[in-house]
Amino acid sequence: MNLIIGAFTIGLILSLLSLGMLISFRMIKFTDITVDGSITLGASLSAVLIMAGWSPWLAIAMAFLAGSMAGAITGILHTKFKIQEILAGILMMTALYSINLRIMGRSNIPLLDTKTVSEGTKNLLLQSAEGGKNILILGWPVPVSDLAFFITSLAFCIILAIVLTRFLLTHFGTALRATGNNPQMVRAQGVNNNTMVVFSLALSNGLVALSGALLAQYQGFADVQMGIGMMVWGLASIIIGEALVGKSGIGITITGAILGTILFRLLIAIALRWGLNPNDLKLVTALFVFVALVAPYFFKSFSKKFLRGSNHA
Amino acid sequence: MLKIQGLTKTFFPNTVNEVKALRNIDLTIKEGSFTAVIGTNGSGKSTLLNAIAGTFIPDSGSIVLDNNQIDQWPEYKRATLIGRVFQNPFAGTAAEMSIAENIVMAMKRGESRPLTMAVTKKVKDEIADRVRMLKMGLEDRLDNPIGTLSGGQRQALTLLMATWLKPKLLLLDEHTAALDPKSAAKIAELTRQIIDQDKLTALMVTHSMQQAVDLPDRIVMMHRGQIVDDFQDEAKKRVRTHDLIDTFDRVQKRELFDESVAKLLLAQYC
Ligand SMILES: Nc1ncnc2c1ncn2[C@@H]1O[C@H](COP(=O)(O)OP(=O)(O)OP(=O)(O)O)[C@@H](O)[C@H]1O
Ligand SMILES: [Mg+2]
Repeated sequence: MNLIIGAFTIGLILSLLSLGMLISFRMIKFTDITVDGSITLGASLSAVLIMAGWSPWLAIAMAFLAGSMAGAITGILHTKFKIQEILAGILMMTALYSINLRIMGRSNIPLLDTKTVSEGTKNLLLQSAEGGKNILILGWPVPVSDLAFFITSLAFCIILAIVLTRFLLTHFGTALRATGNNPQMVRAQGVNNNTMVVFSLALSNGLVALSGALLAQYQGFADVQMGIGMMVWGLASIIIGEALVGKSGIGITITGAILGTILFRLLIAIALRWGLNPNDLKLVTALFVFVALVAPYFFKSFSKKFLRGSNHA
Repeated sequence: MLKIQGLTKTFFPNTVNEVKALRNIDLTIKEGSFTAVIGTNGSGKSTLLNAIAGTFIPDSGSIVLDNNQIDQWPEYKRATLIGRVFQNPFAGTAAEMSIAENIVMAMKRGESRPLTMAVTKKVKDEIADRVRMLKMGLEDRLDNPIGTLSGGQRQALTLLMATWLKPKLLLLDEHTAALDPKSAAKIAELTRQIIDQDKLTALMVTHSMQQAVDLPDRIVMMHRGQIVDDFQDEAKKRVRTHDLIDTFDRVQKRELFDESVAKLLLAQYC
């Protein structure tokens, strides 16, 4: 049970990463590699601020702002300085590696016995548990602190999903989505598509950094390496989400991304439980994304061949 | 009113690929008039429209539209004054978004886009009312992705979008060229209808001599980046398709002649 709650909690936290990437990869169709750096930025900045005595809420707000700035810079590198999108992201990500080390002053900050954003929920639960350290769920004892973080992340996820859905359906959000679809049309309707790209990347990386900040609080540490491979991770989650629910409608797409992230996390927890070497995890994820990207084409050409064969017969 | 003076654009200047796409163009278009631009392939018709729309900034010359000097404005800013329909039926709409979402984009052309719901029930009714006029049955499919429609249907919607907020200038670049003859005729008729109704100022590039004779009230002929002929008022009323074709031939012959003379002279002097 603890394992499942843990996987769910990480899944919910990383959903914010997926939602951010949904904006860049799917809405404005920008292959943004900044993600690997900005998730660490969120984690390291919030860890340092918490160690300095800031409230965990202010710390994650600052993480969001810092992530937005990183995303905006990637956007400006691409739109103003005409650097290819992948290269713009790589430049920012590389710069962030040093920036994150600077912020933390070392490569790893442990957050032991510090307050987290789930403090309030935890106190409420402790009251209802009448002082006990565990709460029974389906007969299993679950530590109150774990449950509190689970509930807090769930609330975060639901609120952000609703706000994001509403936002994407506004006039501004509609223009944002059209930017990825047809920038020529967007300009012809009087919208500066470059501004839209910069804004979208800021929002996207803000969410990613937020996800990193929550992850640091949950795991109890920030590490300069923690962002490596996160982009592929998010992409895998988005692909699973699309396979689960399809792409019809904003609300459905967003729900799909969240479900996809949680499912992916659960699958990984199970695989690890079955003895998958954690060192192989990134290889397996990369293979999975490769298969998911190639499978549709493979099946198409396969069915074509098959149909042709039957025509001859 | 649109006033163009000394408009020049050279692509790849000072290289072997240099193309003088626009050479010192002067053109004034009266408010409420409908002008066709015709000319051979590569004569600079699209370049002229793109220069007005702001796809690029011209090398020199001025463009004044409705008392605004717009030649240095970025493309998106010019869209506050200009509505456009492209030759490619896919260029004017966002394929993955619904008909309603596409049109809602056009309902705020050049205005600020607030954080309020875009496609509300009220907006949808308003859209359905105007889409019904197209008589294509699209009013029942407002939630479908626009990419599922035919080229003709998409072009009709792009035309509707370009004119939803009355533009100071409507630019049409061979907007019926990619359609089958029946759809092309329908879009041409729709174009005339909308321009008449809203008394729009319009500039239309076409390869169809018939369209050039039938629809507009002025014909401008381009060749090699220059305006070589201009049929207005009485001259336009008299002009027939074969006159246009004759003019084409004359222009091309004169050019052949020019070139052979140039070669002769070169041979003599070098
Ligand atoms: N973006 C560009 N870059 C380089 N050259 C260009 C560009 N746009 C147009 N040209 C060149 O400028 C010249 C004029 O092209 P333009 O597209 O304006 O012709 P057109 O009159 O519209 O022809 P068509 O009838 O074939 O559409 C051509 O030689 C073309 O190759
Ligand atoms: Mg052209």
